[in-house]
Amino acid sequence: MITPHLPILEVVLPLVSAPICLILRSAVVAWWMAVALTWAAFAGALMLLGEVLNAGPITYALGGWAAPWGIEYRIDLLSAFVLVTVTAIGSLAILFARAPVAREIPADRVYLFYVMYLLSFTGLLGIAVTGDAFNLFVFLEITSLSAYVLISLGSDRRALTAAFRYLIMGTIGATFYIIGVGMMYMMTGTLNMADLAARLPGVLHLRTIDMALAFITVGLSLKLAVFPLHFWLPNAYTHAPSAVSVFLAATSTKIAAYALIRIIYTVFGGPAVFAPMPIDEMLLGFGMLSMIAASLVAMFQDNMKRLLAYSSISQIGYMVVGLSLGNVEGLAASIVHIFNHAMMKALLFMAVGCVFYRVGSVRLADIAGFARRMPITGAALLVGGFSLIGTPLSIGFVTKWFLLEGALEKGWWPVAAIVILSGLLALVYVWRIVEAAYFRAPAPAVEGIREAPAIMLAPLLILAAINIFFGIDGTLTGDLSIAAAQALVGTSP
Amino acid sequence: MSHSLPPALALFVAAGLLPFCRPGSPIRAALLLVAPAVALAAVWTLPEGELLAFDYLGFHLVPLRVDALSRLFATIFTIMAFAGALFALNQARTTELVAAFVYAGSAVGVTFAGDLITVLVFWELMAIASALLIWSAQTPAAFRASLRYLMIHLLGGMVLMVGILTFATQTGSIAFNAMRPDGVATWLILIGFLINAGAPPLSAWLPDAYSEASWSGTVFLSAFTTKTAVYTLLRGFPGAEILVVIGIYMILYGIIYALLENDMRRILAYSIINQVGFMVTGIGIGTDMSLNGAAAHAFAHIIYKALLLMSAGSVLLMTGRRKCSELGGLFQSMPLTTVCGIVGALAISAFPLTSGFVTKSMINQAAGDQHLAIAWLLLTAGSAGVFLHAGIKFPWFVFFQKDSGLRPPDPPWNMRAAMVLFAALCIGIGIVPGPLYAILPYAVDYHPYSTGHVLELLQLLLFSGLAFFLLLPLMKRTPTITLDFDWIYRKILPAALARIYGVCAPADRMLRRSAKRLVSLLTTQISRHYGPAGAVARTLTAGNMTVWVVIMLAVYLIAYFISR
Repeated sequence: MITPHLPILEVVLPLVSAPICLILRSAVVAWWMAVALTWAAFAGALMLLGEVLNAGPITYALGGWAAPWGIEYRIDLLSAFVLVTVTAIGSLAILFARAPVAREIPADRVYLFYVMYLLSFTGLLGIAVTGDAFNLFVFLEITSLSAYVLISLGSDRRALTAAFRYLIMGTIGATFYIIGVGMMYMMTGTLNMADLAARLPGVLHLRTIDMALAFITVGLSLKLAVFPLHFWLPNAYTHAPSAVSVFLAATSTKIAAYALIRIIYTVFGGPAVFAPMPIDEMLLGFGMLSMIAASLVAMFQDNMKRLLAYSSISQIGYMVVGLSLGNVEGLAASIVHIFNHAMMKALLFMAVGCVFYRVGSVRLADIAGFARRMPITGAALLVGGFSLIGTPLSIGFVTKWFLLEGALEKGWWPVAAIVILSGLLALVYVWRIVEAAYFRAPAPAVEGIREAPAIMLAPLLILAAINIFFGIDGTLTGDLSIAAAQALVGTSP
Repeated sequence: MSHSLPPALALFVAAGLLPFCRPGSPIRAALLLVAPAVALAAVWTLPEGELLAFDYLGFHLVPLRVDALSRLFATIFTIMAFAGALFALNQARTTELVAAFVYAGSAVGVTFAGDLITVLVFWELMAIASALLIWSAQTPAAFRASLRYLMIHLLGGMVLMVGILTFATQTGSIAFNAMRPDGVATWLILIGFLINAGAPPLSAWLPDAYSEASWSGTVFLSAFTTKTAVYTLLRGFPGAEILVVIGIYMILYGIIYALLENDMRRILAYSIINQVGFMVTGIGIGTDMSLNGAAAHAFAHIIYKALLLMSAGSVLLMTGRRKCSELGGLFQSMPLTTVCGIVGALAISAFPLTSGFVTKSMINQAAGDQHLAIAWLLLTAGSAGVFLHAGIKFPWFVFFQKDSGLRPPDPPWNMRAAMVLFAALCIGIGIVPGPLYAILPYAVDYHPYSTGHVLELLQLLLFSGLAFFLLLPLMKRTPTITLDFDWIYRKILPAALARIYGVCAPADRMLRRSAKRLVSLLTTQISRHYGPAGAVARTLTAGNMTVWVVIMLAVYLIAYFISR
């Protein structure tokens, strides 16, 4: 039976297959392996989610070593939900990747792309399943290091500096995180999250824990690209190859949001730590700053990828604000937005990738009028745009609904106003893309182009369908994230 | 379950199929005409009550609730969709027709919504579809107008959403029933509804956007957005006193701006605000008679306003001109359009034997019954004003006046048929109001054709008609509002109001200018800091980024330390 070992298989299979791809050095084989593995991981994630829903959280002792000594994998509803999100994106992005990768990355390095993709994927899954604070750092480094390589594979020379800066910042973030974990270990003598949660209340009054929490929040905020720690992100997303932008934009910041929720709620006890320390006020402030400042910047961008990157920073603000509200609705908004934002950003970056594949540029001036030649891509872009704004019947609306509910439940009107303002700003920058795509006279480069190839359109359409379906019927994702949030806040029925 | 299918579905399905039909093919024409008919049949085969309900995110949603009020509005919306589609049969731009059907379907959806979330969803869908409808005119002016329009409506939708959310958290219920504007939640909901009704201070979107749509698009636009708002006000805020004030303001606002206007469709757009003002006032009075009047007037208004805009649309299509000063003398070659335009003009002026008479007089009557003397006087003055701007000004300048030398023929058969259909309805309802009264939400005991009513109205219309022709030279030149027509109105008082406007206008202009300056200042400031070269958007070196990291660490540490 493999079912009991599913948690470790999720992580080990892609981890082991990466070196195999490296040895085989064949792009074709590597692609097929990556497809098989990501889809298998997706199926596994769905099975895990089903099991968690049926029988409650799953724990798995690595190598048979029981929890306080060995590394424990622990999958609760939140982990399973994030796991499904990440594997869904991973399996769709790999389908999309083949054509643009073959064009944008030199042929002799294509297999490296798939190796790094699998490693990064491993890291993401590891973060989601692990119940050990140090192990989380290890996986954070695996996924980040491979992400630096993925970005630097871009044919654009600026990709190298972008990757380098991301490397410096990412490393600082990870170091800060591990410094914080080290301090907690000093005070409690454990790295297991459940153990930490049990022992921390006893030492919560100590200065060391203040320091630990400060280092961890700043470290993870850096990974999350919360304003003003966002400067590495726009260039990294803009200059990376199309497929990498899709994959990273949809997963890497989302997994950091997951880690932040995990540390603040599971380890520190959420509302319990908000009471003595102003962590919620701080995060709330910076979250709102992200929402507005990044949207304002996005309004002025001429490069679609850059525009979407800044919009990501603004959307990350939603997650941060949600988790800092400290009530079920707010946290549920953050959790559901992990899924929702992954789906909408993957869709948008894929659509932009399709445009780049045909037109060869992502500047608004160069792609003017493309939607008439590429109606499917144009329509998908429109769907994603509506999701970003958060109009009803789009998935963005579900998030906004929860977020407003959470803010209003606390009676925090200004927060609700900021959320709405940010939606209006999103309307402006989405409109700029729509206007260029549909209403401007076709640019010279757009003349005579065709719709993107079917293998790129298939994942694009699946994502568009997901965006529409979960927007119209948000019950499934909404209920799941509310249940997960209830479990974390501790008001589980 | 076939008997509980939402009527809006027929329109949505048709909208989904339209892109696959070639313009001009008989299938497309059949689809355009059959779908609204199916929807209308569905409206009348549904039994009353809550027909569809389920739970969503912990709320009890009722997407299909049927009662007399919702049926009345759904009836006129589907009839409108049919006539609009008939009028637009030879519109080649499929986008516009798809948008129009989604738009009509969402309006029908709102009328059957039994809970506020369903209202909100269709509300937003309506905003998007109608903006698309304006876009599809495909002129640069229409693009810009549609963006402004969308901004206002999404803003309204968000206000509504926050209101609904607060309402839900405070009361735990989202059922859409009568409310009182007594808390933040219900006020926000009321404001959300009023924005769509074209209420002040955000009325300008209406003439701005409606006059930029295509010749067929404006016909659809005139019917749904404002009348859906009237429906939601009727359902949600009957008897809210503030609505009397707002309604009367809208009546006067519409008249004064319509008199100043030169673009024929803008005249008619301002008169929508004016007419919705009558309905809003009726809702505010809140008696059975006035609510009935408001509902009936919405029904009649959709028909004659669409008729007027169809005749204006025909003129636009056949001549390509839209300014009153460039038109005139068209009656010689467009006799049918002229007759239909006049029928519409008589109906909007509430001339006896037309639909406007049998509905609007109910609102006046209700104001009189409640002894709201000032409201009654202003309503009556408003009626005279309507005759001036819409009843006479529109047909006179477009079809008669000087001879512009244009000799376009009447429009194609389908447009003529749509106009004749609505003109017949205008007169039919005017002569036999019984069937309309029978489907009103409250029991009716009202006889419009009493000698008193008829005489009162004829006098009013006669004198304002006389005034128009006496003052014609003034009207024709530059229309300023300092006309000396107060001698006719001496017993009423709008001249004083006109003077107040004369004073207000410069203040208003100054306010606008300073607002504009503020906005431009704001955009320069924002673009300085957030634009590509701004501090927030600049690319930093790794060293500078690290500085930020250190600052943030310090900020967090200090915050945690201080809090101890």
